[in-house]
Amino acid sequence: MIQAALAHAFKADSGRVLAALIAQFRDFDLAEEALQDAIIEAARTWPRDGTPSNTSAWLLAVARRRALDRMRKFARAKDEAVLQNLGLLAEDQPEDEATQEIPDERLRLIFTCCHPALAEEAQVALTLRTLCGLSAREIAQAFLVPHATMNQRLTRAKAKISNAGIPYRVPEGPEIEARLAAVLSVIYLIFNAGYAPRNPVLSAEALRLCEVVHQLQPLPETAGLWALMSLHMARDPARLDADNTLISLKDQNRALWDHPAIARAKTRLLHALAQSRPGPYQIQAAISALHCEAESWATTDWAQINALYGALYRLSPTPVVALNHAVAEAHAGEPKEALTKLGELQMALEGYQPFHAARAELLAQCGKIPAARLEYKHVISLTIAPEERAFLLKKLSELP
Amino acid sequence: MQYMALIYAVPNGEQDYEGDMMADYGQFTQDAIAAGVYVSGEALMPETDASTVRMRGGKAQITDGPFAETKETLGGYYLLECADLDEAITWAAKIPSAKYGCVEVRPVMVFDQ
Repeated sequence: MIQAALAHAFKADSGRVLAALIAQFRDFDLAEEALQDAIIEAARTWPRDGTPSNTSAWLLAVARRRALDRMRKFARAKDEAVLQNLGLLAEDQPEDEATQEIPDERLRLIFTCCHPALAEEAQVALTLRTLCGLSAREIAQAFLVPHATMNQRLTRAKAKISNAGIPYRVPEGPEIEARLAAVLSVIYLIFNAGYAPRNPVLSAEALRLCEVVHQLQPLPETAGLWALMSLHMARDPARLDADNTLISLKDQNRALWDHPAIARAKTRLLHALAQSRPGPYQIQAAISALHCEAESWATTDWAQINALYGALYRLSPTPVVALNHAVAEAHAGEPKEALTKLGELQMALEGYQPFHAARAELLAQCGKIPAARLEYKHVISLTIAPEERAFLLKKLSELP
Repeated sequence: MQYMALIYAVPNGEQDYEGDMMADYGQFTQDAIAAGVYVSGEALMPETDASTVRMRGGKAQITDGPFAETKETLGGYYLLECADLDEAITWAAKIPSAKYGCVEVRPVMVFDQ
């Protein structure tokens, strides 16, 4: 019971407690150590005294005291002024700290963790470590890098935040849109890292973080990303067959989709779109929603999906979007034109797995069977995820 | 905190600069002084006028030119006093050469007494 309460309190609240500690002490390592101390203290006293009513406030109060202890120990050799400041800090703490609502500093923290002055891989790692409470080992496993490498990545990122003076603040004014885009991009990277190869913890954390960002600062693109990820998740039950082979959207059993979740995502998406500030995530979510509301592959509104990809390309003119646009065009009834477009994208996307997968399928659609066979063999050699390899091998075997 | 904004650009790259670069630099410096972030700033003579010194085995080895063969070279700097990295980046982005070269923003190291 106590063990479960402890595990739950840590998992659910560690991000919030850690954010409050970092906001107060401006020191990631001190905050992490202090929280660790508090958890050890909890493991010692909760079984004896019972679980406190507000576990996160308890953890925060104890961690604050431990942090101050650590700072005192460190400052002893230094000077009186520092010690005096620490005294003032300690007095700042309210008496009824164990019951009060702890301030939510997670928004500031996520903007710090996703600061563009940090490398993207460091942004992802730091976000998972500090806001989701994953250990360096768990993050290393999720991203298939050695534990030592991940430790070093986290250490360097924390050092740069401190040494380079990366601020703890929510950006204001015109800055906010660009900085929010960086935050959302990190969240989506985390989501996708959990989607293929499958790691449900990461996908769930990404959705939770997106919800937190949206609650603390509701902006249409955040709602768009939340809807996009929710729609992906809603289709997840139909994505694999009994042998763990990927089932293409075309052949999925749509009755297995989580239709209440689709309805929730659509409600939030429509609310976001109504604010007339479109962005890439809202458009992608709209495309996904059109797939979700179609009763079958054949009755999907390909014309509108094609138009939405056109709008997406105008907002973010990347080769990957151009690829998706061409694929939608093929489904809207123009496979030959789409194949020509893919030819134009070859230079930019050579070696990009989804490009070769799309070309293999288009070649097959256009009846160019020997070329399709070659392309399928090539894309299989590029594919790592076993469920997707199985899917492509099946496609290859089905060629006439 | 103090930040050094190191200005790198391709030599003679200012030929492609739209507008009056000298006037823009003058304006930037005035703005930085007025905002209280300016500590110092200088432009440097080109790398063709540079000499590199190394002390090896107690002797000074002097060679012509810079150490590294790079396209963009250090052309000048500003030392800025800013509250945090965001403020330093905001100012660095306004340095005229950022439009065709780049500006590296480095915090100045602080030594404990």
